[in-house]
Amino acid sequence: MTSPSNSGNGGGSSRSLIVKDLVKAYVPGKPVLKNISFEVRGCSTVAIIGPSGTGKSTLLRCINRLIDPTSGTITVAGHEITRLSGKDLRLARHHVGMVFQEFNLVERLSVIENVLCGRLGFVPVWRAWLRKFEQHDIERAFELIDMVGLTEFATQRADSLSGGQRQRVGIARAVMQNPDVIMADEPTSSLDPKTSVEIMGLLNDFSKAHDIPVLINIHDVNLAKRFADRVIGMSLGSIVFDGPPAELTDDHLKEIYGGEDWLS
Amino acid sequence: MSAAITRRAFKPNWLARLGWLAVIGYCVLAFWSLDITWDRFVIGLENGAKFLGSMIPPNFERWKLLLGNLLETLEIAVIASAFGVALSLPIGLAASRNLMPTWATWPARIVIAICRSFHPVIFAILFVKAVGFGPLAGILTLVFASIGFIGKLFAEAIEEISLKPVEACRAAGAPFMSVILYAVLPQVLNRFIGFATYQFDANIRNSTMVGIVGAGGIGGTLFAAFQRFDYDFLAAILISIIVLVMLGEYLASIVKAVFND
Amino acid sequence: MTSRTWERFTPGQRLARFSIYLASVIALVVSMRTVQIVPEFLYDAPAQMADMFERMWPPDYAYYPGGVHEALVESMHIAGMGTILALVMSLPVALLAAKNITPVPALNWLARLILVSSRSVNTLVWAILFVAVFGPGALAGTIAIGFRSIGFCGKLLGEALEECNKGPVEALKAAGAPWPSIFLKAYWPQVSPAFWGITLFRWDINVRESAVIGLVGAGGIGMALDTAIDLFRWTQVSLILLCIFAVVIVAEIVVTKIRQKII
Repeated sequence: MTSPSNSGNGGGSSRSLIVKDLVKAYVPGKPVLKNISFEVRGCSTVAIIGPSGTGKSTLLRCINRLIDPTSGTITVAGHEITRLSGKDLRLARHHVGMVFQEFNLVERLSVIENVLCGRLGFVPVWRAWLRKFEQHDIERAFELIDMVGLTEFATQRADSLSGGQRQRVGIARAVMQNPDVIMADEPTSSLDPKTSVEIMGLLNDFSKAHDIPVLINIHDVNLAKRFADRVIGMSLGSIVFDGPPAELTDDHLKEIYGGEDWLS
Repeated sequence: MSAAITRRAFKPNWLARLGWLAVIGYCVLAFWSLDITWDRFVIGLENGAKFLGSMIPPNFERWKLLLGNLLETLEIAVIASAFGVALSLPIGLAASRNLMPTWATWPARIVIAICRSFHPVIFAILFVKAVGFGPLAGILTLVFASIGFIGKLFAEAIEEISLKPVEACRAAGAPFMSVILYAVLPQVLNRFIGFATYQFDANIRNSTMVGIVGAGGIGGTLFAAFQRFDYDFLAAILISIIVLVMLGEYLASIVKAVFND
Repeated sequence: MTSRTWERFTPGQRLARFSIYLASVIALVVSMRTVQIVPEFLYDAPAQMADMFERMWPPDYAYYPGGVHEALVESMHIAGMGTILALVMSLPVALLAAKNITPVPALNWLARLILVSSRSVNTLVWAILFVAVFGPGALAGTIAIGFRSIGFCGKLLGEALEECNKGPVEALKAAGAPWPSIFLKAYWPQVSPAFWGITLFRWDINVRESAVIGLVGAGGIGMALDTAIDLFRWTQVSLILLCIFAVVIVAEIVVTKIRQKII
């Protein structure tokens, strides 16, 4: 299977994610994800909301096969990746960028080196080892660092940064991959409210600038409504709401989360 | 972005590069001065293959002798550990600079330094000359080795404790030993038990070796088998040593698990 | 009214602790009764030791340039090269032994067997073996030190690898990086301080070990020591012991200083 060249040319239909009838059961007979189906295309910020344990993280990790689905299909940029393994799977993962709740940076490396880690799938091992990345990679990395507003921190160690700054590096790293889809697993859960808004804004900006769909797991419903143009609500492993945030009523939220006290 | 302004992503780490160059240079120098050549290595490999061949299959015929020696090895380790641990408790305590005056710490630290600096086999040789062949020399050797190891680590552990409980006990008018028992020991006992079990384990390993110079245990039989070219018996001895050491490690882990709460 | 009691240990714990005390005491008593010690030798010991120390004083300093210096340098080289050899050999074994890097239990088990065997056999015994294979001299000594150190370095390195934070590893895996790159950029930066610390620690121990392997013919100052003891030249023996002591102390100071700078 050949993977499409990761040239970065936009085109609404090439940047797409199609999930069909996805089922994941850790214990046979007790599925955590029950026939999940949805499609995302082009410039779009999709917020996935739902209570803890409803399978949001599992869903994201099934998409890039960090967890293997039990059944169903996942198609990224026109290529079905559910059955891939080994080198093909590794190459397919280039198309999906991921941002993590705990940032998952390599603390002892510098910011620029962390961002360049996004290119590790594309450069030979010796270049990674001797840090002899090609000039265009280095320039792109600096560009991204400028775009996330960390210009003066570029050569500092990652562990000298604050939480919000580290998440920016995480986003830059994911974008460095030139992916067709970006997924963010609770990117703001470890951050304070002001920084959370900045990070959500950043993800939105990248989606628009590169015409990429961005999937965000989030449990702050207000943030979701504010920044997403589409909300998917999950409850007990199934999708119970899929539409624009304007249509997300309190009844829907009750169905998704249960209970009323938390509704403002 | 102007092409003239290119930012450096990675500053060349001259110190690290120098370091690697130095290491490689040293390797070349050392190989040359040790007279290690490829030929010698290749000849050695051939020898090694022959050697390995004559060791297989291991010969357990003289298992009575083997067992007797192993038991003696174990006995040396047990006795030496018991006395070594018992002695290193006061010596380590005396060596801790935060609790003891200098007239106590200096002698204790010197004793510990001497015990640590010399490989046990050197002590073994000296003790064999002093008390004759046999397990007594081995026991004395390992007692001193234990004092060196446990004493140093125990003193370091005591120097790291919080002095607040000590202060509190002294303020309450407690006598010296009580201060030690209630303020110091609870903070360091877990680590002391860790050191003691590690040293018991090490003593089993060391007692297999002191016999080479005549201080009792299986080392003597091993060296004799080697000199008589009884390589298959040698293999049997090696296997039993490995089994004995693994047994010791297992026992040590049990003791640690029970006492670490 | 029932009174509330406080117990430091549960009955089960008390039983376990008591059993261990009991077993230790029994082991000690049995050992002391079966071990074959001639009591006269024990009582005679202080006098014998005093006599020996008398013969060893003063150390024969004149012997140093001819008989000791070269051998001492050789021992240092054996220690250095042996440690480097051990590092090269123990890294792959540590990778195999770490459960998070090699999820194949059979390979984990094999790696641990190698590490345990390396640690169980004494450096001196390794030296004997390699003298038989390579002949007397520094080659046997270097390889013996290397083989003994694999167990030490490999075990500590494997444990450091298993304690790595999995987050960056997951991130690089999700980015589609090949395994060697994941190791270089996610695992190695986390373990490299531990790696260098273990190296220094083992080199320190190897300096002591390389001083004595010459007793069985594996090169270094141990051979001079062996000669001096066999010929009853006690003043030379004490000189050699002093030199060993000095070298060990210097090595320790060097290691402590480097440790303070890095950590």
